[in-house]
Amino acid sequence: MAKKSALWSYTIAGWSGFYVMLVELLSGRLIAPSFGSSIYVWGSVIFIFMLGLSIGYLLGGIYSQYAPSVSKLCGILAASALTTLPTVFFGTAILDFMFNLIVDPRFGSLMTCVCLFLVPTIFAGMVSPYAIRIIVKNRESSGHDAGYLYFVSTLGSSIGTLLTAFYLVLLFEINTILLVAISISLVLAGLGTFANHGKQ
Amino acid sequence: MESNKPAMRVLTALFALIFASLAAPAGAQQLLHQERSLYRNIFVTQIGDERCMLFQYPRPLGRESCMLLSQPDKLIFDYTQMMMAGLYLNPKPAKLLIIGEGGGSIPMAIQQMLPDTQIDLVELDVAVDRIAKRYFNFKPGPKMKVTIADGRVFVKRAIPQKPSYDMIMLDAFDADYIPEHMLTREFLEEVKSILAPNGVIVANTFSNSALYDYESVTYRAVFGTFYNLKLGNRIIATRLGGPPPMSEIRANAAAVEAEFQKRGFGQSFLLPLFTTQADWNQSARVLTDQYSPSNLLNALPRVR
Repeated sequence: MAKKSALWSYTIAGWSGFYVMLVELLSGRLIAPSFGSSIYVWGSVIFIFMLGLSIGYLLGGIYSQYAPSVSKLCGILAASALTTLPTVFFGTAILDFMFNLIVDPRFGSLMTCVCLFLVPTIFAGMVSPYAIRIIVKNRESSGHDAGYLYFVSTLGSSIGTLLTAFYLVLLFEINTILLVAISISLVLAGLGTFANHGKQ
Repeated sequence: MESNKPAMRVLTALFALIFASLAAPAGAQQLLHQERSLYRNIFVTQIGDERCMLFQYPRPLGRESCMLLSQPDKLIFDYTQMMMAGLYLNPKPAKLLIIGEGGGSIPMAIQQMLPDTQIDLVELDVAVDRIAKRYFNFKPGPKMKVTIADGRVFVKRAIPQKPSYDMIMLDAFDADYIPEHMLTREFLEEVKSILAPNGVIVANTFSNSALYDYESVTYRAVFGTFYNLKLGNRIIATRLGGPPPMSEIRANAAAVEAEFQKRGFGQSFLLPLFTTQADWNQSARVLTDQYSPSNLLNALPRVR
């Protein structure tokens, strides 16, 4: 049974890595009409995503100390997806609000990223340390397990980046891509919860 | 070693030949200035009388800004001359917005021709503006205001002030990179909203890639029918409420002919280019803020 929970943890971490980079790339596209696409706009985007992930790692590690389970990991994944929904439905309104509030494109794009992307990124960051807690069964294998987990989640990130930049934006609208990605997260979270129901 | 000598000689001669063939065109080209700006590499080169601002060096096939030192007022590129054809739709705009400075040849020409016209010029890259002033004789007069900003952000910020421009010229794209947020329906709607009721839009765009179809339907969706001047580059020109008839275009062309001739071109070149015929795939997808893969499309060949 241990193997099954580990498999779910790897899958969720890999998808979460994919998801984060997909959202990050699209966030730059969403911000460009209001604040341009200069290096400082990308600076804001990357800063907020890195900050969110770092806070997430911290919180995920702490949260993993309280009766960890695959179901809770699925909950984190679902939270990351659901907190992206405001970007789809209120993204333009929030951008317009920030555009009128802040003239400097550096801080305008930064505050927009805080509002739209910080929270989902924190949840996404929580996934990796939490998954490691589920996967690791003894001290000897912990480094190997952590390495394997980083491999899967970062590989997910790299594939998410390339697929989004090369193909997805050529085929679909930004909101369509986001909604499909959110749906995949929710379905995965639902299946994971169902498959691991009642297990610790 | 002895036996290698003839081979070495042949090799040396070969290298010399290759080197000479590479160096010959570059030798005449003098590099006056180069810098890495926040957005791109910029080179100022000179070949004889012709000085150019390039974003790639050695000289690429793409768009560039050049001037003749002996005749600095002359517009030497087809596309700059075609942009000036915008004046055939309104020969005396009182208020003009130009997005994209380059070497500043178009704003300078209009400033000289129409000294009373108020010109707002927007350029993203402060280095381009600096180089235009230093190497390309660009001297904004009291009626011209240069703003260093993203074109779209400038337009968006201008909307509440209702500036009501009589003409807007979009010239913000270089050969290999398009700011994608400035080629969408939403952007063009914003541009439209700061035009005067009879305002004229003139845009320098692409014609060789898959982007042509997408761009055409996007402009069509916002501005309706337009004059499509095509020759390497493609210039879109129209007026709110529909493009003026050819009789009006011809009358305006005659009115500005003397000024255009001073700059090395005229109606015999420009008038035959005027057509409203849609020669693109009209079922192509309109580019929006949600869907704007312009650079990817520009890298794809045009399928007809």
